Formats: sequence, structure tokens, C-alpha cells
Amino acid sequence: MQNQDPHIVAENISVAYGDFVVQRDLNFTVNRGDVFIIMGGSGCGKSTLLKVLIGLKSPASGDISYDGEPFWASGELEREAAKRKFGTLFQSGALWSSMTLAENIGLALQQYTTLSSAEIREIAAYKLMLVGLAGFEDYYPSEISGGMKKRAGLARAMALDPEILFFDEPSAGLDPISAKLLDDLILELRDSLGTTVVVVTHELASIFAIGNNSVFLDPDTKTQLAIGDPVSMRDNHPNHVVRNFLHRGEAEANAA
Amino acid sequence: MNAALTCDNNSEDSLAVSLTGDWLLGNNLPGPDPVLDSLRRSPAPATMVFETASLGNWDTGLIAMLVAIRRSADANGVAFDDAGLPDGARQLLALAFAVKEREGARRVAKQSAFFERVGESTLDALESGKQLLTFTGQLVQSFGRLFRGKATYLKSDLVQYIQEAGAEALPIVSLISFLIGMIFAFVGVMQLNAFGAGIYTADLVAVAMVREMAPIMTAIIMAGRTGAAYSAQIGTMKVNEEIDALTTLGINPIDFLVTPRVIALVIMLPLLTLYGSLMGILGGATVGLAMIDASLVQYVAQTVDAVNLSALFGGLFKSVVYGSLIAIAGCQQGMACGNSALAVGQSTTRAVVMSIVLIVVSASVLTVLYINIGI
Repeated sequence: MQNQDPHIVAENISVAYGDFVVQRDLNFTVNRGDVFIIMGGSGCGKSTLLKVLIGLKSPASGDISYDGEPFWASGELEREAAKRKFGTLFQSGALWSSMTLAENIGLALQQYTTLSSAEIREIAAYKLMLVGLAGFEDYYPSEISGGMKKRAGLARAMALDPEILFFDEPSAGLDPISAKLLDDLILELRDSLGTTVVVVTHELASIFAIGNNSVFLDPDTKTQLAIGDPVSMRDNHPNHVVRNFLHRGEAEANAA
Repeated sequence: MNAALTCDNNSEDSLAVSLTGDWLLGNNLPGPDPVLDSLRRSPAPATMVFETASLGNWDTGLIAMLVAIRRSADANGVAFDDAGLPDGARQLLALAFAVKEREGARRVAKQSAFFERVGESTLDALESGKQLLTFTGQLVQSFGRLFRGKATYLKSDLVQYIQEAGAEALPIVSLISFLIGMIFAFVGVMQLNAFGAGIYTADLVAVAMVREMAPIMTAIIMAGRTGAAYSAQIGTMKVNEEIDALTTLGINPIDFLVTPRVIALVIMLPLLTLYGSLMGILGGATVGLAMIDASLVQYVAQTVDAVNLSALFGGLFKSVVYGSLIAIAGCQQGMACGNSALAVGQSTTRAVVMSIVLIVVSASVLTVLYINIGI
């Protein structure tokens, strides 16, 4: 795309639960400013790979590097420091239910900055405005709808102005219009903040709308089948499984 | 019209099954047994056909029977000719057999031997003991961070936990302790009056409440009330990925969620116990004063004489131990919770059972210790 500045590099990553290998030999590079899609059928290990990327689960082998710095091979302190540059939006928002939206966003700021509580509240209000939730500072997560929870989760993920935003199934459980709005928001944030975005999804509409780079994970062979731009993967990729997925299972009809 | 099924076995190489009437669930449908018997006959028919001209309405009742027949036909090598069936039934049947059963997908109910199960539960028990110890170790590290000022937690959370584990538990603790005191007094009056020593009921109630009953009863109430709540709250946060969200922010979930809860319970349980002792003594006094021939002043003096400071502190120390055990068991089960609503219920159940077992075991150990060191 615009520049070829590798931001995230995965080398020979294998992920496993005990003896059960979910994915192995994953190699991909995410450039700064990319919207990188991790896709694949249900149960192929997309979310598990995300957990490895954000430091929740260690890989069975291989390592990831951020800005050339190894992530899992380094000590816990370095890893904590690297994690501070991440923002993560979990599948259901994962807002802390005992705190208001402003407190949810403010917790990270309180932890890592020396700002006063009034300043923190101001920043939280601004982040909520960015995601279209102006005025909802004092609402609890249980008082807002699913789409709003995702937006609030995004505001929380952006609290520390992260360099990388991770999204776990951002459009799951949203109606098509809310999903589209969230996609637009992701692109706007990338453009205006220069954030690198990593999205786990299997929603084709989102994949083509926002992704400019991707990795395709296959549950049967338990490894990646393709990397690259999703649109050219859909049209030109030699592997039938990849084309089939990106065509909603209608690859044969289109190829004929 | 009633559903009926007839088999025509007249032909050597073909089995004709005729279906008549309304095949609706709840219509007392005939079973497929006559057909299954004919399919197993020797020599087996080469094909089977259906005759459904006078078949009325039908639903899953018909299809379920056809599935059983087709399975048996396939097993016996009989060609299953579905041309005679209604179109809809044919399509549904085709759909049911369209995807082959995945090999190894079917679960076989396995009856494990008695000793195998005993072994498994023993290993499970050992494992959960190990987890509890590991968790206690993590908690100790967390307290280390707390004292060095490196732990992240919200003071407002701590205040709220203290309120929930303290003031809000007063009504139930009052009720139970008061009644326990009354029960002790009844028993005491009955027995001691026989020796003309009714006034010693005051001693019995006071010593029993302060040393044993108030700590253990309050602990059991709080295990059911607060220990269960801790496990359910933390377990739900786990299911909802809220704990992952904390971890990704670099906030240790034990510092943030567990330590404040443990502190709240360890502070509040002794206070509740003290209060419970007082309520128990009051409960005992109402019965004692009504049933024995003693004045209020006498009863109070007797009670004050009975309780010494070491008994009081012995009781309070017990409740500190119980409080930490309840909080640790509740939080550990919450943190170890699986990722479903069912798992939250299971971990809450386990938290309460584990708390009560730990309370009773440690009560026994402490009582023996106290006797040996003369408290």
C-alpha cells in the first residue's frame, strides 16, 4: 500500500491448546497503516491467533515482532511495555460492567498517566464523541445496546492512542447498517490517526470494504493458505478453498 | 383416520409397505417393527417399495419412522425405493441422509468402572487443591505489589466490597445469631436446671457463641452470601472477556478484582462475628431470663465473668482465617470458571462447597490447637 514499513511480523507461529494444534507455520507481515484481516471458517483458530498477538496466550512455537522487537521471546516487562501500544476491541465489547463508560475509558489513563481525574474525564468524553456516543459518559454497559457497547469498547481501546488496534469480530451481532458504520469508523481512524488495524472476521462485506492485507487460515490443513489483498485473493488465488470462501461457496459458478 | 402400516411379504424379491391414514405425532402411530422384521427375513428382499395412495397428513412422525426403516434397509442390503413416498417426505429423507455421519462423531456412552471413577475424582481433588495453593501464592504476590504501591485497584470498589460484605450482611447475621443463642439457652436451661445450676446457662451461651458458634455461623452465612457472589461476579466477567480486557491493559486481574475482595472480607468477617456474638448472647439472655430464676444483673455479671479476652481474640482470629478462606475459594473458583453460563453456576456451587469444607476443617484444627495452647 502507501508504504512498506513492517509493523508486525509473525514468524513460524504455531498455536495449540495442550497437545491439540490449532494452527501451525503461520508467517505474515503487517505494514504500518494496513488494515489486516485474519479470516477463515468457524473454528479455524482466528481468535486464538488474536490472543497470541495481544499477549493473552503464548504461541507453541515461533514469535511475533512489533517494530522489529521480539514479543514473546522478550521479558515480561518489555512485553507489558509493548502491550501498552495496543488497543483491543473484544467480541462483545467486554466493558467492565461495574463501571460507567467514562470510568471504563478512564481506567487505562489512570493507570498509565498522571492526569487529574477531571482531565481523564474530559479525554473519556472526547473518545466517546469520536465513536458517536457523546453524552453517554455516565451510562453503565448494561444500559446501552449491543452496537453501542462495541462503539464504547472501541473508545476504550483507543484510550491510550494505540499504534495498533485489534478487533475481534467487530461486526458479529450487529445489524448491517451498524456494521457498515463501524467499518467506516475503522477506516477513518486508520486514515486520521495512522493506526495499524488487525481485524479478525469472516464477514465478507467487511473484508472487502476495509481490508488491504490478510491471512487466510484453514481449519482442515491447520495452516495459512493465502496472504495478501483479499480482493485479488478472491479473483486470482489458485487455491479453490480460498476462492470458495471469498465467494460464499459459489466460486465454481463464477469460475465457469 | 388412524395411521396404519401393512407389509406385503407375498413377493420373493420385493417388500411392499403400504401407509394409510394421518401420520401425525401424538396420533398413536404404529411402530416400524413389522417392516424391520421383514427386512431381516431370509432370503432378504432385493428392494422395498412404498404405497401411499391413501396416506393423509403427515409430519415428523412419518419421517422418523422412514429414517429407521431406511437405516435397517441399508444395513440389510435392501434397495430402498422411495418413489412411492410423497414428494416432501422424499426430499426431507434425502436431506437427512445427504451428509454422511462424521466418523467418530457419535458419542458412545461409556460406563467407567467404580475404581476408575474413584481414581479420577481423587486426581481431580488433588488438582483442585493444587490450583487453590497456586492461587494463594499469586494472591501473596499481589499483596506484595499492594504494599509496594504497585497494584492497580479502585478505592471505590474496595469501599463497595466492604459495604456489601459488612453492613448489608447485618440483618441475616442478626437473625441467625439471635436464634442460635436462643437455642443454646434452651438446651442449657433444660440440662443445667436438673443440677440446679440454671444460672450457668449464661456461661454456656457466652462461651459457645464467642469461641465457636459466632465465628463458624457467620462464616457459613458469608460463604453462601458473599463467597458465592464473588465467584459469580468474577466468573461472569471471565465469560464476558472482561478479565482478558484487564490483562491486555496490563492490569493484573488479581490485583484489581481479587485482592480488594479478600481485604474486604478479612476486615468485615471479624466485625460481623463480634456483632454476631453479641446478638447470640442477647438471644440467650431472653430465654435465660424467662426460664431461670435470675435477675438481669446476675445474668450479665455471670456472662461477663464467663468470657475472657483470650477466648474473644481466639474467636476473632478464627474468623480472620475463615474470611480469607471464603474469599480465596470464591475468587479462585471465579477465576478458574469456564466460558459458559453453565460454568458460572458450577463454579459458584464449587466455591460454596469448598468454603464450607475449608471452614469446618480449619475450625477443627484451630480448636485442637487452642486446646493445646490453653486458650
